Amino acid sequence: MHRYILKRIAFLIPTILGVTFIIYAVLNITPSSPGQAILGPSASPAAIEEFNHQVGYDQPFLTKYFNYVKNMVTKADFGISYFTKQSVFNEVWPRFMVTIKLSLSGVALAALIGVPLGILAAVKQYSLLDTIPSVLSFFIAAIPSFVLGMVLLLVFAQQLKILPSYGLDTWRHYIMPILAIAIPPAAQNMRFTKSSMLEAIRQDYVRTARAKGAPERTVIWKHALRNALMPVVTQIGMSLGLLICGSVVIEKMFTLPGIGSLIIDRINFKDEPIIIAGVILISICFTVVMLLVDIIYAFIDPRIKAKYSNAKG
Amino acid sequence: MENTTNTAAAVDNSEFSFKRASQAKEIWRRFRKSKGALIGLILLLIIVGVLLFAPLFISYDAAIESDFANVLAKPSKEHIFGMDGYGHDIFARIIYGGRTSLTIALIATVTSCLFGSALGAIAGYFGGWVDSLIMRSLDIFMSVPDILFTMAVVVALGANAVNLIIALTLAYFSNYVRLVRSQVLTLSEQDYVEAARAGGSGNARIILKHIIPNAIGVIIVNVTLNVAKIIIYESTLSFLNLGMPPPQPEWGMMLSEAREFMRPAPHLLIFPAAAIVLCACSVNLVGDGLRDALDPHLKS
Repeated sequence: MHRYILKRIAFLIPTILGVTFIIYAVLNITPSSPGQAILGPSASPAAIEEFNHQVGYDQPFLTKYFNYVKNMVTKADFGISYFTKQSVFNEVWPRFMVTIKLSLSGVALAALIGVPLGILAAVKQYSLLDTIPSVLSFFIAAIPSFVLGMVLLLVFAQQLKILPSYGLDTWRHYIMPILAIAIPPAAQNMRFTKSSMLEAIRQDYVRTARAKGAPERTVIWKHALRNALMPVVTQIGMSLGLLICGSVVIEKMFTLPGIGSLIIDRINFKDEPIIIAGVILISICFTVVMLLVDIIYAFIDPRIKAKYSNAKG
Repeated sequence: MENTTNTAAAVDNSEFSFKRASQAKEIWRRFRKSKGALIGLILLLIIVGVLLFAPLFISYDAAIESDFANVLAKPSKEHIFGMDGYGHDIFARIIYGGRTSLTIALIATVTSCLFGSALGAIAGYFGGWVDSLIMRSLDIFMSVPDILFTMAVVVALGANAVNLIIALTLAYFSNYVRLVRSQVLTLSEQDYVEAARAGGSGNARIILKHIIPNAIGVIIVNVTLNVAKIIIYESTLSFLNLGMPPPQPEWGMMLSEAREFMRPAPHLLIFPAAAIVLCACSVNLVGDGLRDALDPHLKS
C-alpha cells in the first residue's frame, strides 16, 4: 500500500512537467504577445518589443520552459506576473484558497443533499420519494451551471432582493455561489447513490440477511448501505476534482476572486507566469484528490486492502 | 451477455446481416416500451425538423438585423419570443443559434468519439508499452482542467467553428479512450477472438470485424449521452464569449447578453435557457432509452 501511494505521488512530477509543457506550448502558438495585449493597440512596435524583452517573453520557447521549471524546482519561485509585476505566488495563493473554500463547501453540500435522497429513492423505489427527486435530477442534468447561476441571481438578488449578487464580504455572499456549485453534483450524487443502492439491495448477501430474519432496518443500514456507499465515495471525490476545475463559470458569474476567474482574465493578457502557476496548482490539487479517493477506497473496501497487502503492490 | 453471444454466433455463422437486422428490431422493440425514450425521440425529431427547415419560415436576417424601435420588446404576435437588447428577434436567434450550436456539437461528438475510440482500441488491443504510453499521457492530459485548456486553445487559435470543434474534441475524447480500452480488454479475451486469431485473421480484421461490432452498443449509448454534455459545454464556452464570433447567434452568447437586461426583460433569459434544457433533456431521454434497450441488465 505504501509503495502504491509513493508511486502515485512520484507520478505528480511528470504530471506537472507535462501540464506546464502543454500550457506553455498552447500559449506560444499565437502570434500575439503580452506586450501587445497589455500595452494595447496604440503602443508602438518598439515599446511592445521592449516590454516583451523586459518580462522575458521574447526568449525561445524551450529556454523559457526550461528556466521556468528550474526556478520552480530549485527556488520554489513561480516568477513575476507580466501584468501586475507582483510575485505570482502572492497573487495566486489567496485566489486559490477562495476556490478551495467554495469547492469544498459545494461538495459537502452536494453530498449532504444527494446521498440521503439517493438512499431514500432506492429504499422507497417507485414512491413519490423516488420519482420526484429522480425527475428533478434528470432536469438538473440538462441545465448548464451558468443558467442555474443566472436563475438564482434573478430570483434571490433581483426579484426578492434578499441576497447580494457579487463579492464575498459576508456569509450571505456565499449562499448563491455555493448553491450554484452544489446543485448539479447533488443531482448526480442522488442518481448515483440510487443506482448503487439498488444494485446492493439485489445482491445475494442482502437476500441471505433477509432470509435469516434480520429486521429490514438492519438489512438496509448494515448490509446494503455499507456496500453501496463505496462507489459513491469515489463519485464524490471525483466531483470535488471537477469542481475545482469547473468553478470558473460560477466565479465569473458572481465576480468572485477565485483562481479560475484569475486565469480567464489573464489569458487575454497572455500573462504566462500567472496562468501556468494557476493551472499547476489546480492540477496538483486534482491529482492529490484523486489519490486520496483511491486511498480512502482501499481503506473502506477490505477486498482491495487484502489485494495490496498480499501482492505488496 | 446475451447480446454478445448472439453477435458472436452471428459472426461465426457469417449470417451477419440477417442476425443484425433482427437484433436492431429487438432493440427497437425494447426502446419503444419506454415512454420517456419515445417522448425524447419525438421531441428530438421535432427539434431537428424545425432547425433543418428553418429557412422556409423565418429568414436569417431577422436574427442579425437590428430593429431599434423594438429593443427589449416583450413577446408578441409578430415576435413570439420578444426582442433582445439589440432589437434582434429572439425566436429567429434561437432557431439559427440552434443550427450552429447543434451542428458544432454533433461534429465534435463524432470527432471526439473517433479520436478517443481509436486511441483506446490501440491501447487496449496492443497492451504493453503502447498502452502505458497512451494511458499515462492521458492521465497527464486529464489533470489539466478541461475548461481552462479549452479556453487557452480557443484564445490561442482564435474563435471560429473549426477551432471550437478542436477544443471540444480535446475536452471530450478522453472518456472514449477509457471506455473503448476497457471494452477491448474484455472482448480480446473472448473465445471467438481467440478462434479468429487461430484461424489466421490479422489484427486489423479482428479489431474491425470482431471487436468493434461487439463494443458498438456501449459506444453508441455513450455518444448519445455525450451529445447533451457537449451541447451544454459549447453553450458555456459561448457564454464566456469563446464561441462563434458575433453577429452569429448562439445560445450561450444570447444568455451572456441577457445578463444585463435580466430584471426588466427576463424573457431574454428564459427562452434561450429553455432551448438548451429542452435539447439536452430530449437527447438524454433518447440516450437513457437506448442504454436500457441495448443492455437490459443495467436497467434499474
